[in-house]
Amino acid sequence: MAKEDKVIGTADDFPKTSWERVNDKVHVWPYLTRLEFMTAIIITILLIVWSIVVDAPLEEPANPSLTPNPSKAPWYFLGLQEMLVYFDPWMAGVVLPSLIIVGLMAIPYIDVNPKGNGYYCYKDRRFAILTFLFGFLVLWVWLVIQGTFMRGPGWNFFMPWEEWDPHKVVALTNVDLPYLVGFRSYWAQAAFGIFCVGAWYATIPIYYIWRRHTLVNVGFTRYAVKAFLFMTMMALVAKMALRIGLNIKYVLVLPWLNI
Amino acid sequence: MQRLKEHLNLDQMKRNIVDSQIWRSMFRHGYEDTPRNRVLMVVDNLWLHLHPTKIRRHAIRIRFTWCMGGITFLLFLYLTITGVILMFYYRPVGEYAYIDIKFLEFDAPFGMFMRNMHRWAAHAMVIAVWLHMLRVFMTGSYKPPREFNWVIGVLLLTMTLMLSFTGYLLPWDQLAIWAVTVGTNMARATPLLGNEGPFAELVGVTPRLDARSALLGGTIVGPPTLLRFYVLHCIVIPLIASVLMMVHFWRIRKDGGISGPL
Repeated sequence: MAKEDKVIGTADDFPKTSWERVNDKVHVWPYLTRLEFMTAIIITILLIVWSIVVDAPLEEPANPSLTPNPSKAPWYFLGLQEMLVYFDPWMAGVVLPSLIIVGLMAIPYIDVNPKGNGYYCYKDRRFAILTFLFGFLVLWVWLVIQGTFMRGPGWNFFMPWEEWDPHKVVALTNVDLPYLVGFRSYWAQAAFGIFCVGAWYATIPIYYIWRRHTLVNVGFTRYAVKAFLFMTMMALVAKMALRIGLNIKYVLVLPWLNI
Repeated sequence: MQRLKEHLNLDQMKRNIVDSQIWRSMFRHGYEDTPRNRVLMVVDNLWLHLHPTKIRRHAIRIRFTWCMGGITFLLFLYLTITGVILMFYYRPVGEYAYIDIKFLEFDAPFGMFMRNMHRWAAHAMVIAVWLHMLRVFMTGSYKPPREFNWVIGVLLLTMTLMLSFTGYLLPWDQLAIWAVTVGTNMARATPLLGNEGPFAELVGVTPRLDARSALLGGTIVGPPTLLRFYVLHCIVIPLIASVLMMVHFWRIRKDGGISGPL
């Protein structure tokens, strides 16, 4: 610090109380306000330059009788549109998005791990961080990228170097899992489907009985909600694997709904 | 750097300006850098008073906060300003909406620039909200006592997406109408309340009267939908989001300020 500054006397020259000496706090003015000011200026400049250089898109006037192919939702919803490949609309468009919002809101109440509160830390909360990052980076960000750049006409998959051919022929060879396994009668198929979905979620009480001693401070209700949300997220992954790997259309087929 | 400082001597330059007659005639006394004044700068200022007067040292590190919450709020302010300007030129009517956008682009002074800023700030806001949520999760800042503010945050994320989605329809071009058609087609499949959803027969909903038609004001994305989305976009959702933001910012202070190691 230059010597002349001392004439005015900065805040550092004033005697501190004992509380201030042990505390690691700094004044908001100027240390935080100057950062906020700089950030605001930088973001403003970026936004202005970007808005001068790149024009917002505007296509032909709205025409309800002319459907473009592909028709895409806004980019941030393409993860949801991608789920339509794997589930019926009631599931992909309504139930799963609702569960995403409810599940996100439930996070503070189902994660009872007191460690890692207010600082970056991976070691003490591996499961929470891995689960969240998987959901965020793979099921959200990646599906948006894939939906934007790799889904072409007919919602068919195209690699980035492939041309979006509207006449691409994709054989529809999807079968239902009960049929693939060998069940031919209608009721046997329904029973097997119910068994598959039931077995998937039966892992929740089985795991609870197996590890109940380690789950004491979690509590049953909290554990049940947590496990249900986790297994539902993983059900999406399982369905994607079945659909892509084995061309499975449905696991459970009933007169009222299919999963 | 040291040599540059010696040559420029900013302190001397500052003193020359501050001691000049012109400056003195405008500002009678200087700002004395005392702890009291630093505190008063925050608590006496309407725009700054939502800050605490002091903050923990780690909390001003960009590596810790990524600045994403503040950037989201800044973008919301820009969207409000540019949005109001756009409203002067835009009529949410099937016959006029698209022509008004064309007028905005080619005739209104700075119209294209305002529209660009509104659109790009909207996209940027969605990304900033996502990154803000990622940062808050990675620092475990949703843990007690901040659980409820995370819940408010998730609602704000939903409001941001809804704002962006309703605004997507307003240009009334092919991109808008079909993106919203794809997005709202899902409502048709709502269990019980959508005419193609499971158990719809039990409730007796029809294409004319179900969750989707309530959203669209009809059976297709048409002019009634445009008006509905316009009102939602310009009035209903911004009001809800503003109330939620007030609670969000207030709760940060009430829950013990920005999170940090205990």
